[in-house]
Amino acid sequence: MIEEKDIAIQITGLKKRYRLGTIGGGTLAGDLQSWWARVRHKEDPNAKIGSKTYGKNETFMALDGIDLTVYKGERVGIIGHNGAGKSTLLKLLSRVTGPTEGEIKLDGRISSMLEVGTGFNGELTGRENIYLNGAILGMTKAEIDGKIDQIIEFSECAKFIDTPVKRYSSGMYVKLAFAVASHLDSEILIMDEVLAVGDMAFQKKCLEKMSQVSQDEGRTILYVSHNMNTIRQLCDRCVVMDHGKIVFNGEVEEAIGIYMKEKQVFSDFLDTSNEKRSSYLGQNLKVKVEYIKKLDVPEEQRNSALPFEIKISSTESVSNFRVRFEIGRMGRGVAISLTDRLYQIEKGSELILRLRLDISQLVPASYDTTIVLFEAAGDRSIDLDCVRSFSFIKSSEDVTMKWNEACWGNIILDDMTEI
Amino acid sequence: MEKKWTAVIKPKKKAFELNLRETFKYRDLIWLFVTRDFKTRYKQTILGPLWFIIQPLMASVIHTLVFGQIAGLSTDGVPQFLFYLAGSISWGLFSGALTATSNTFVSNAHVFGKVYFPRLVTPIATSVTQIFNFLIQFAIFGGTALVFFFLPDEHFRVTWVAALTPVLIAQLALLGLGFGIIISSLTTKYRDLQVLVSFGVSLWMYITPVVYSSNTIGQGKLYTLTMLNPVSPIVELFKYGWLGAGATPWLYWGISWITTFVVLILGIAIFNKIEKNFMDTV
Repeated sequence: MIEEKDIAIQITGLKKRYRLGTIGGGTLAGDLQSWWARVRHKEDPNAKIGSKTYGKNETFMALDGIDLTVYKGERVGIIGHNGAGKSTLLKLLSRVTGPTEGEIKLDGRISSMLEVGTGFNGELTGRENIYLNGAILGMTKAEIDGKIDQIIEFSECAKFIDTPVKRYSSGMYVKLAFAVASHLDSEILIMDEVLAVGDMAFQKKCLEKMSQVSQDEGRTILYVSHNMNTIRQLCDRCVVMDHGKIVFNGEVEEAIGIYMKEKQVFSDFLDTSNEKRSSYLGQNLKVKVEYIKKLDVPEEQRNSALPFEIKISSTESVSNFRVRFEIGRMGRGVAISLTDRLYQIEKGSELILRLRLDISQLVPASYDTTIVLFEAAGDRSIDLDCVRSFSFIKSSEDVTMKWNEACWGNIILDDMTEI
Repeated sequence: MEKKWTAVIKPKKKAFELNLRETFKYRDLIWLFVTRDFKTRYKQTILGPLWFIIQPLMASVIHTLVFGQIAGLSTDGVPQFLFYLAGSISWGLFSGALTATSNTFVSNAHVFGKVYFPRLVTPIATSVTQIFNFLIQFAIFGGTALVFFFLPDEHFRVTWVAALTPVLIAQLALLGLGFGIIISSLTTKYRDLQVLVSFGVSLWMYITPVVYSSNTIGQGKLYTLTMLNPVSPIVELFKYGWLGAGATPWLYWGISWITTFVVLILGIAIFNKIEKNFMDTV
């Protein structure tokens, strides 16, 4: 039972408005000039030619009503396209700028790593910068004293620790900066793309460190990244943002799927007759999928069979074509299934096929599908039509094992038997 | 039971919601900023820390030549070089604190935009740096005074007012800080002020008894006007204390303290209002 006391961050109705265009004239003289012109009802000498107003009312909601609750010890990923408002949200959380409306309640000290190495001074040595950066991030000198050896060791820069950081390579710079940030004591950590730099080994080390502090010390982590793999490794919940709103909040893989703009269609009937086809198919389709209809399935077969019906029309007779059912997930192919025989169709006629797809070897997840009609010509196949089909979710029966999709893929073969 | 939150972030902030306790928690940061400033100031310069000494000495030499020898302004019988040195280091503390804090927001935008810490930490650290600067220069002043003390025909006297020096130092720094943070808050939107500052400060010096003695301007309206300048009585008392030159304008010193507090409180209020959203306008 989750109680209120376990809440680390509570955001209600958070909004942030930005004014578009230049703010003011930029100079006092310019603003006074504009003001004087307005007083006399004259034309503003500083207004841009062609713009109707002084652009004062043109605003932009970077955040448009965010509600989010994060519990203690959670590692929440935030994903979304550029301009979705992720960074603005983190800025508000880390108090770099204030909200326009709404409020954020925090339980615990918060520290943000919006950019590692903030406040590093090139002239100072690595050691001196650890103190300076640590203090900027909210540590006291005594706290840093107690951790300095750990920090230096983690940074892998021990040899150069008394050299001015302006002599450092960019990788060393980042390592040192991250080492400081990851040794913060605060209960809530905010990170924005901080792991984008540094070599793979160091990235891995950082992620492990973050997971470890979260699990062992119950710290809450908010992590923004465009790197889905780091999101997968680090987070146990994920929020998808779009145009200043939260469009999804829940399971990581599903969130990534939504972010990847996989338009999922869960309806049972798809009229594909007027759907725009890919240009590679050519202008005139010889055969065409008119509709796709999911058929009812008995409850006990829900996770093994997927029956559907398609209607195919033709403008030319095709003697031997097959249907290929492609199953994908987040933009990458997972498996295909072919019809066990060839079909033929007369010019101007229609064909209704009722097919049954076996999905028993798929791992529980949500999948997107595509239906392709193709003609086998020797050792090549020529696609005749290709349409996006329905998406489906295979639910989990076996709750004993959590599927590690990143390593294991999406297919589970039949169980092994003794021979 | 109502949950106790560590922090609640809301849109509006009271003008006088002074987070002194929070600022105090960051005292280590203030100290680290000060040491950073000292360590990095003259890195990769040939003369290094000698610059701390050269600047006021050169200024005094020029002042002695221009105002003492050419213009022949009275220094109340005090050795000209000492008189100008005392004036320029005390004025230097104020003007240094003002100019250095006046670009707090603009020059720290890259840090302020990434992490939160009480913004007031930065101008406070800058002012503390200026005080240390002053103390070094003050030591030079002491050394020079000692030399003049043993020279024949050069007369000056140290009065009890010299005991007020710590108070005077603090006041100069606070006054500079107050004006500085007001200007820094306004420069987030209007960059003109940056130009105005260096220009204005150099003019301001001439309405402060730095290169002349207040005795030179008599007791008329000009005197009143000069003394209403909050910096004047402080510089005057400093010079009176260590050299016995000029006068002790106690009444105007009182007014100067009032001005100091008003400017400081106003400065903090504006600073508080600006700091929350300045990242959006800077």
